[in-house]
Amino acid sequence: MLEIFTWLADWAAYDLLHLEKGTRLAKSVHFFIEDVTKIFFLLALVVFLIGLVRSLLTPERVRKVVAGRSRAVSYPMAVGLGAVTPFCSCSSVPLFIGFLEAGIPLGVTMAFLIASPMINEVAVVVLAAAVGWKVALLYVVAGLSVGIIGGLVIEFFKLEKWVEEYVWKIRMGETVIQQASISFKQRIVYAWEQVKEIIGKIWIYVLVGIGLGALLHGFIPQEFFVKYASADNLFAVPSAVLIGIPLYSNATGVIPIVEALLGKGVPIGTVLALMMSVAAISLPEMIILRKVLKPQLIATFTGILFVAFIGVGFLFNALLT
Amino acid sequence: MKHFKVLGSGCKKCATTAELIESKAKDLGVEVEVEKVTDMAAIMGYGVMSTPGVVIDETVVHAGGIPSTQSIEEWIRS
Repeated sequence: MLEIFTWLADWAAYDLLHLEKGTRLAKSVHFFIEDVTKIFFLLALVVFLIGLVRSLLTPERVRKVVAGRSRAVSYPMAVGLGAVTPFCSCSSVPLFIGFLEAGIPLGVTMAFLIASPMINEVAVVVLAAAVGWKVALLYVVAGLSVGIIGGLVIEFFKLEKWVEEYVWKIRMGETVIQQASISFKQRIVYAWEQVKEIIGKIWIYVLVGIGLGALLHGFIPQEFFVKYASADNLFAVPSAVLIGIPLYSNATGVIPIVEALLGKGVPIGTVLALMMSVAAISLPEMIILRKVLKPQLIATFTGILFVAFIGVGFLFNALLT
Repeated sequence: MKHFKVLGSGCKKCATTAELIESKAKDLGVEVEVEKVTDMAAIMGYGVMSTPGVVIDETVVHAGGIPSTQSIEEWIRS
């Protein structure tokens, strides 16, 4: 079904713009047109469909469900729900406090916060459409594992001392929000508003990602990546993760770059490590979390993710190439 | 007069929510008071974790995201 976007790009690049097939410019333009139409179409479709059926998953509900469970249950639950529960990054602080206040361990709470920006249903569908279900599934499994491992390490070292003191004093009220039952028409309106809101928020990341992906695809020769980013080069994975730290984008925005790099033969572990690093470690998120975490914990948290992403990169390169 | 509180740590969405309520009330010719609550302890006190949240006369009516214009209209009219 998605071939239609390839045909559209064929037509636009070769018939409409009269570009000569096989040139660098034609390759870039083709990539750009195909990805812009395909990704924005999928983005709108997935957000709309999820908008229709969801509404049951809120951070407040997750807090109730996870609180008081054993660790064997709460860790997997936290990363799983972290992946699918929608919340705006400005809600990270109240969410963090609310989880701790409910007695959810710090490690479980951090696992939730690590998994949340890395994995979401939209990014998974777009990733699958761009590079196949196998890669998308690997990404999800790796992301969930990193969340759990990160949380367990924080718990093991008992880093509660690096949470700001005032956090422990806040008490949360009990409120049941009265939600009127909504009709199908209202659901459609809601879903459509979600599409506008989410695309309005992330379109720029996606467009920049597609632009970079298109340039990589058309203008950087494969030999460059063979020389510098092959699995034999031990520095390739750590460099990919390092490059990803200052770069910040929505997970969906990195996908065109992932697509272009895999097309150039860059090993899958290296590419997924880069994607995780871009999506999960971001300066704006750290600044927000600084309100509840002391600098030592922010640094430790970043360090744990850095090591974990490198581990994921080497592991997948060793197993799959 | 109805007293609205918009709960949020000061992000853009919270400001938008407060503006939407004010402008809608003006359109409908209803006088309301809109107050922004940014203190984290106060926000959590209402049991709200996902911001922006909306409180009318001390009852939480909304949490998580910008409310729809339809619900804002209903809150102002009811």
